[in-house]
Amino acid sequence: MDAAFTAKPRPGAAGPIPPGPAAPERGAATGTAAPGPAASAPPGAAAPEPAVVTGELDLQAVFRDSHIGDVLDELDTQLVGLVPVKSRIRDIAALLLVEKLRRSVGLETGPPSLHMSFTGNPGTGKTTVALRMAEILHRLGYVRKVHLTAVTRDDLVGQYIGHTAPKTREVLKRAMGGVLFIDEAYYLYRPENERDYGQEAIEILLQVMENQREDLVVILAGYKDRMDTFFRSNPGMSSRIAHHIDFPDYTPAELLAIARLMLAGMQYRFSEHADEVFQAYIERRREQPHFANARSVRNALDRARLRQASRLFAARGGGLAREDLLTIDAADILASRVFGAGAPENPS
Amino acid sequence: MRLTQGTFSFLPDLTDEQISSQIEYCLEKGWAVSIEYTDDPHPRNTYWEMFGLPMFDIKDAAAILGEIRSCRRTFPRHYIKVNALDSSLGRESLRLSFIVNRPENEPGFGLVRQEGPGRTVRYTTRAYAADRPENERY
Repeated sequence: MDAAFTAKPRPGAAGPIPPGPAAPERGAATGTAAPGPAASAPPGAAAPEPAVVTGELDLQAVFRDSHIGDVLDELDTQLVGLVPVKSRIRDIAALLLVEKLRRSVGLETGPPSLHMSFTGNPGTGKTTVALRMAEILHRLGYVRKVHLTAVTRDDLVGQYIGHTAPKTREVLKRAMGGVLFIDEAYYLYRPENERDYGQEAIEILLQVMENQREDLVVILAGYKDRMDTFFRSNPGMSSRIAHHIDFPDYTPAELLAIARLMLAGMQYRFSEHADEVFQAYIERRREQPHFANARSVRNALDRARLRQASRLFAARGGGLAREDLLTIDAADILASRVFGAGAPENPS
Repeated sequence: MRLTQGTFSFLPDLTDEQISSQIEYCLEKGWAVSIEYTDDPHPRNTYWEMFGLPMFDIKDAAAILGEIRSCRRTFPRHYIKVNALDSSLGRESLRLSFIVNRPENEPGFGLVRQEGPGRTVRYTTRAYAADRPENERY
């Protein structure tokens, strides 16, 4: 960034151009009309160079001022794993920063398209990240408001002819200035029913996604295979989404880290032995059907809390310490159906 | 004669950008914004036709500006005003109202005098345009 940034901005470009140069130019024009000593002066003297940022631009300073570092750090500490997601967010953050810098030297570009699609298995954090996205994009200065409108098919598609368009427009209006999150987006398109009104909603969505991208960011989320089918049958939708982000399954180590984070959030903790047992639990649970990543972990923890409560309740004769109330013991986890013990439970 | 009703009416017409920042101010205050239009701008005609319902749950001015544009497309030669309604007192009270669209040619109002009993004279105003039927006035 040396020669390119020292260039003079285009006259029409918005930016930190002082209003000064316009007046001297007019002066120079009248000077040529009435020949005299003033006209012989070189035009450069009458119209001084506009004070453009010359020399090096400080990307580091812009980075510091935007507090994007905090956002990214927060993301790292609060979301376990999800490397492709985080790296994409980093890319977007970098792009928006550079964009800001470019604008400051008068290089105009349209707003980048930030519509996204989140695909992945159940419980990989699609909804959680989407909810975060509104805040992240706001801090990056891309959306004007920190608000996320979460909708599903019901909110967009009407029940009779002529009902869908106003309904979809209403939702889009509500989402303006923020993020529109469409969960289970593949339900919008029902190939088995050719008269389904979902297609109409998709067309209106596409139109707004294309024409008002500075007003609205659309995030579609859904399970990988069904979203793939959805995009195959709606190529227009697929091509208008710049960021297709795939959420990978969590590794056992990540799942354990998630469990610890969740427990900390609920003000519990594992006893030393319970930590190992839970690791074994995750290993076994992963092999079983209907494994839903973080969601399964959360359900397992909820059941462990239940068992802890009834264990404490059964032993209510003796005194309880604060420590007892917040510790989840190995026994609470070992009682799980996954270990082949205890009463049969709902697998989820 | 230029119609002067509501806020900013003695200023030059607001640009879309200025309208947008006024609406942004209203939304910041938590007011609901509504759009109304009429072709009978008599000062006593308080209730203009509503262009859709007041937009209660809108968070951003872009959506309302879009509605204003669509109202302008539908009624290019009507008066269109934007109202902001404040519900904090338990009722929707008008906080701000300004005109965002006006016909190109505004013939203005005539003064009508009516002879009353004795030497009394009653005065009223009547828009010249109001002589023509609705939708053909401007």
